Amino acid sequence: MATDIARGNPTERAFVTPEGVDLRLNIGDAGQRAAAFLLDASIIIGVLIALSLVLALTGVGAVGAAGKAGVEVIAVLWLAAFFFLRNFYFTAFELSAAAATPGKRMMGLRVAARDGGRLKAEAIFTRNAMRELEVFLPLSIMGARAAEGGVDAWIYVLSFAWAGIFVFFPLFNKDRLRVGDLVGGTWVVRTPRRKLTRDMADDGAGRRAIYDFTTAQLDAYGAKELHVLETILRDSDRKTLRDVAERISGKIGWTRDPHETDRAFLSAYYAALRERLEQKLLMGVRRRDKHDV
Amino acid sequence: MSASGLLKSQRFRQAREDDWRRLERLMDKAEKGAMAKLTDAEILAVPVLYRSTLSALSVARETSLDQGLIDYLETLSARAYFFVYGSRSTLQDRLTGFFSVEWPAAVRGLWRETLISAGLMLFGALVAGWLVTIEPEWFYAFVPGELAGGRDPAASTATLRATLDGTADAEGLSTFAAFLFTHNAQVALLAFALGFALCLPTALLVLYNGATVGAFVALFASRGLGVEAGGWLLIHGVTELFAVILAGAAGLHIGWSVAFPGQRRRLDAASEAGRTAGVAMAGVVVMLLAAGLLEGFGRQLITDTFARYGVAAVTGLVWALYFYAPRREAVHGH
Repeated sequence: MATDIARGNPTERAFVTPEGVDLRLNIGDAGQRAAAFLLDASIIIGVLIALSLVLALTGVGAVGAAGKAGVEVIAVLWLAAFFFLRNFYFTAFELSAAAATPGKRMMGLRVAARDGGRLKAEAIFTRNAMRELEVFLPLSIMGARAAEGGVDAWIYVLSFAWAGIFVFFPLFNKDRLRVGDLVGGTWVVRTPRRKLTRDMADDGAGRRAIYDFTTAQLDAYGAKELHVLETILRDSDRKTLRDVAERISGKIGWTRDPHETDRAFLSAYYAALRERLEQKLLMGVRRRDKHDV
Repeated sequence: MSASGLLKSQRFRQAREDDWRRLERLMDKAEKGAMAKLTDAEILAVPVLYRSTLSALSVARETSLDQGLIDYLETLSARAYFFVYGSRSTLQDRLTGFFSVEWPAAVRGLWRETLISAGLMLFGALVAGWLVTIEPEWFYAFVPGELAGGRDPAASTATLRATLDGTADAEGLSTFAAFLFTHNAQVALLAFALGFALCLPTALLVLYNGATVGAFVALFASRGLGVEAGGWLLIHGVTELFAVILAGAAGLHIGWSVAFPGQRRRLDAASEAGRTAGVAMAGVVVMLLAAGLLEGFGRQLITDTFARYGVAAVTGLVWALYFYAPRREAVHGH
């Protein structure tokens, strides 16, 4: 957990692969999870409404063609569709290669095994069977009307609070586990997706002959400042570049050539600083930031 | 410094970049759901590329300060990890494994909970039966109106007899079967999920289920229709009640592990129990489908009481042998 604090990312979790490498995944936060669920719920309801309309229309035709037997077929189809959507929509999608329902996919989430191993089918089944407790039980309690008062009303309030525990369970643990995740041994993580960006040292590496910074000048900063500089070079905002260039040249006592651009100076300094810090890294010394000596 | 003026970490990156991009392209393809489009050579290449990327990530973390590179390698490794360790066995393999090994093994593993669950159901049935025998009004307390369907103490003996022979409602058979299956499956899933709430709600649900059955039988027995009612109930009841008992057992298993995790962490105990119980539960849905078919069609088409008892005995025997008969597991080596 020390790395979490160091990198200042509250959703990052250690996730060690069987090969022993920590992939540092990010878990989905409560908002993303709720949004994904609402998307899925509206898809299910939308499909049910569409299906009901289609079946109602064909039902009219079926009655004309086959009488009572026609209605029966329609009713069975509807019941079966309702059952499968309610119970297997989540399971079926999470068993696919993406391990995510359409709602989760839209929110950039996926299900993973908490222990870093293979995601098993029974884990997916269990995590979704538990929705009975988390979604449908509270809904049916809400559906049951509270009586006028007295004991029934109290039982209603108590069962409502009791069901609420399961609904809001993800908010009470730091990994945002549902009851289903807890029992299934799964969690929901953000699907990582990032392109390989240009190496910011490519610009400056060739120019280091012109900019021969002294060792003292390169020892002004550590890895944290290097990463800030990398981000600034990447974003390439003219005003920020100028401010930072002035700040750095002031700090290390570098006299700027009036013809050089801010970018040229900063990328050269970035390359030189990175080389210096990486050399130290090879010797086993990681300089975290400028205060770290 | 080298002659080319490049940093060590730059050369490290340039030497491996093509492999990473290749892995990325393969992952793009696989994640678009085009698994089938990957050639055999590509599928074989993925694990190799995955391991080399993973080791590049380890090296980069220790020697490179190019944050963009490390972030990229982390995400690429994670994507490839999900592919390499994803669930990729074919549906057929999975079904075969489930029905031949996993399901019976999971059910056998739950034998203690199964006994408790069966005991609870029997107890509920006996108590409800006894209560209805001494005071028929109790019937309404145990059987919800929509399940009774007119079979209550107010009905005449002739009406009750008519409901048993199956010809009365032969019209809406398949609708009825579908309704029963979905209703029962929902009850079973609820019994399972409630187990997490420390066993108690599951136990109550199983008890109540038993009470409904007991009240029914007691009502018919009081009119001298006990044997016929038994056949009417057991033709599908053997399968259905067994399924409900197993669902209850799976729920109890989870609840017990959460309440008393022993030496393990509570979280680990819960997910370990969830794995066994989940397998058993997936099978319960299959059993309930069979029960729904037997109830909807078998019961309405087979009207002879002794034939009904025969079917009940056969289903009971089949399930018992399937779950509990000793088998040569060592030979299959699973």
